[in-house]
Amino acid sequence: MKCRMCGGKAVIKLSAHNLSLCQSCLATFLRRRVGRTIERLHLLSLQEKILVAVSGGKDSLSLWDLLLELGYQAEGLYIDLGIGDYSQKSEEKAMGFARERGVKLHIVRVRDYFGGLSIPEIAHRARRVSCSVCGLVKRYLMNRAGKEGGFDVLATGHNLDDEVSLLLGNLLSWQKEALVRQVPSLPDKGGLLRKVKPLVLCSEREVAAYAFIRGIDYILDECPYSQGSTSLRYKNLLNRLERESPGIKLQFYQGFLKNRHLLQAEEEPELQPCENCGYLTPARLCSFCRLRERVLQKV
Amino acid sequence: MPRVKVNYLGKVYEFEGRLRAEELLERLNLNPEEVLLIRGNELIPTDEVLEGEIEVRPVISGG
Repeated sequence: MKCRMCGGKAVIKLSAHNLSLCQSCLATFLRRRVGRTIERLHLLSLQEKILVAVSGGKDSLSLWDLLLELGYQAEGLYIDLGIGDYSQKSEEKAMGFARERGVKLHIVRVRDYFGGLSIPEIAHRARRVSCSVCGLVKRYLMNRAGKEGGFDVLATGHNLDDEVSLLLGNLLSWQKEALVRQVPSLPDKGGLLRKVKPLVLCSEREVAAYAFIRGIDYILDECPYSQGSTSLRYKNLLNRLERESPGIKLQFYQGFLKNRHLLQAEEEPELQPCENCGYLTPARLCSFCRLRERVLQKV
Repeated sequence: MPRVKVNYLGKVYEFEGRLRAEELLERLNLNPEEVLLIRGNELIPTDEVLEGEIEVRPVISGG
């Protein structure tokens, strides 16, 4: 198998692109692909101050690496969820990356906002599942850190597999509002920072291969709460389809981007600043402050 | 007789005889879309005959 770009020995076949590449050309291919995605979808500009949400995993660290390689001004944000060894190892990976490349990593700890409680403890007290509490808390803290740090935009490492599994889930249950919001670039609105996903056209395997080739030391362990998750089941299903029909994931997602204008958003409820923190909300308190109030009353 | 040692999810599997990467994935019932095959600092293409120590690294994460 020969590399289509340089004629050397290919080490990976990207069936979706009918392309075999060597290690060095794979890194070049991914850099070009992400650069073009940013350009075509108008995600970022070189003048902007970007905050990259990093978990210590392959996707977010690869995104940070790619943005730096492409010349963007990108700092990292790590949110310590307090999930035992998993969080500790993840933080070490994020810190190691920042140290090696001499870039700035901001760290926010969930415990500092919830009287010393971790995500699993908050979920237990709120009688909710950890993943839903984690999502709510992360979204809020990412936005807050970005705003307070004077960043123009927040970038996350969602890849093609994340997006197609979410899309499948949203379609299976016809989550119309979620479908309308499932875009690679969410504009800033009121107190909400603009959010972008530059890896949406790169498969999870492509990103993992990039991380490996670039020598990125990322956490291989899975979050203990993600085992058996619906998103993993959907990813598995979609990869079975991908094996039979190479390129189908990309086709599914790009078709969605092309046709999503057919979906019309319901009229949004009127938003006002949260009485406690100023975050936009349809209620008196935002969902983060309501969660905080509920959990801290029980401490 | 060539021998291949495979590390996958903390377990070690040993195979004897000529084994190509794609045959290994079939034996482990793995979808090539969901793993990388690694030897030292190099990725291994699926058409390669395996030898030595191999890591099968899952690439799909949840959450």
